[in-house]
Amino acid sequence: MSHAIAVDNLTKTFGALTAVDHLTFNVPEGICFGLLGPNGAGKTTTIEMLEGILPPTTGQIRLFGEPASKDLYKRVGIQFQSTALPDYLKVGETLKMFAALYERSADLSELMSMCALTEFAQQDARRLSGGQRQRLLLALALINDPDLIFLDEPTTGLDPQARRNFWELIGEIKRRGKTVVLTTHYMDEAQILCDDIAIMDQGRIIERGAPQALLSQHFQGALVYLPEANLAGRELDRAHFKKEGGVELITDQVDDTLQWLMAEGISLDGLRVQHANLEDLFLKLTGHTLRS
Amino acid sequence: MKRLLAVFNARNREFFRDRSTLTWNLLFPFLLLAGFYLVFGQSQPIFKVGVLSDQDAYLSRPVFMSLNHIQFIPYDDSSVAIDRLRRHQIDLLMDIDETRYWVNDESSQGALVEELLIAKDPDFQRTVVTGQAIRYIDWVLPGIIGMNIMFSSLFGVGYAIVRYRKNGVLKRLHATPLTALEFIGAHLLSRILMVVFIVLVMLIGARYLFATLMLGSYPLLLLTLLLGSLSMVSLGLLVAARLRSEEFASGLLNMTTWPMMGLSEVWFPLEGAPHIVHQISQFLPLTHLVQAMREIMVDGAGLMAVSDHLLILALMSAVFLVIGALTFSWASDGR
Repeated sequence: MSHAIAVDNLTKTFGALTAVDHLTFNVPEGICFGLLGPNGAGKTTTIEMLEGILPPTTGQIRLFGEPASKDLYKRVGIQFQSTALPDYLKVGETLKMFAALYERSADLSELMSMCALTEFAQQDARRLSGGQRQRLLLALALINDPDLIFLDEPTTGLDPQARRNFWELIGEIKRRGKTVVLTTHYMDEAQILCDDIAIMDQGRIIERGAPQALLSQHFQGALVYLPEANLAGRELDRAHFKKEGGVELITDQVDDTLQWLMAEGISLDGLRVQHANLEDLFLKLTGHTLRS
Repeated sequence: MKRLLAVFNARNREFFRDRSTLTWNLLFPFLLLAGFYLVFGQSQPIFKVGVLSDQDAYLSRPVFMSLNHIQFIPYDDSSVAIDRLRRHQIDLLMDIDETRYWVNDESSQGALVEELLIAKDPDFQRTVVTGQAIRYIDWVLPGIIGMNIMFSSLFGVGYAIVRYRKNGVLKRLHATPLTALEFIGAHLLSRILMVVFIVLVMLIGARYLFATLMLGSYPLLLLTLLLGSLSMVSLGLLVAARLRSEEFASGLLNMTTWPMMGLSEVWFPLEGAPHIVHQISQFLPLTHLVQAMREIMVDGAGLMAVSDHLLILALMSAVFLVIGALTFSWASDGR
């Protein structure tokens, strides 16, 4: 399988701080790859090195099988975590300006229609709503008809409806065979969009794989959630981790667990039984309250 | 009141912890005071008398020259000095070695100071020149245009680049194939075009409304405007090449513009100011821009006459551009 990105021993230090610590990984072409991790894990530093914005301290980056170069970056589209656009430009003018910076340009009317921007073409870009603005930034990331697209927390701050619209757009990009690299705080987003994820913590990748495969690997059975108050300060001697003011017990025998809790005299008020999701995996792997 | 105090305290901390802005706020008034002290430190004279002499004039003619309230301005070139007299920029001109003086018979100030000279030193020979005073509006217009070019260029380029760097526009553009030189070139050219357009409107407007003087050639004036704007936008680029804080940029831009406002003969001539002030003013691009424009518009000077100024402006532009472009940074964290 050919790789859109191949990273070997990538490291970035800022003074005494090692933000990215000897990362080695590949991203196959045509997939949506998710880079997850808590704040300060090194996601943005990693993605900015891949984007060519930030020079690595050491290590190699290959794009489409060749060492990253200015020419190859012409095949890359980028949506930053936060960015401003030149003032006083209308949506259509902004797109035209960015299109002019590339040799290869996507069809602007098709791009505007895909990103639902056609009706805002004549609107001042500063007056767009959060969702419209993110769609414009995505359109800018797609303006050179790229083969590889970096999206750094593209739906942060959007309302649920706008997020879902955005997901559909990313689905459409995937259907066109593009490779997408996504960082996000939203685990549901990663679970829905990503074919493959890497979880980062303290500059390293601590887990890597398809979301469903990772969940099966880390959680057999179900999770039993109990509010913290029910435990009245008791320490549990079964595998669990803390979540949202309570604890989640990991079990493949729900009946047994419930009977054990009752036998221990622990109240079942507020109890929930659920399947593990990426958020649970994320907490299990990176949470400082992780216990077993 | 509690809430007001909380915000009041937070704002005070912010002010004191933002070291660059604090230093600027403390330093700027002192710099301004020092500048004005240097220029206007001595009490202002009532009359201005030009002096042509190889000798030490104060020793050879102690009587007239010991009078208070007359400022004596030395000239090396008699034709320059006579020009100043014709334009009422000095009230009288005397040549100590030849015991001769010139007076403009259309100047009332000149008649008064002449009375004083005759009373003190009657053996000076009189020569009369004529010439109407230059209206202040004609004299000051090149200064105002120069100032406009300076503010528009420095803030239009400098402040805009820092703002773009801070809010991420530069980072976004850096992620495209756009090169730093292309970006800088586009910004500078756009601003030069805007500035020259506005100045031409000002010039035409002033000529139409106030019948202001324009004795020189328009193409030469345009060349001067272009070079002056280029030097100013380049200076703006130099100031903004790496800065990340809009407040600091604003302070630094003020620190760049204010000395030029005071020392580049925008509002008043520097004749009679201490030598050091003249020397400092020669390092300021606005001085050369305003002087060249004034010579073209008011004196009808040609290319050769203003070539020194134009050359210096071109040289300054080149230096500012090269350093600005070499130190330019896209990133908001100075990378």
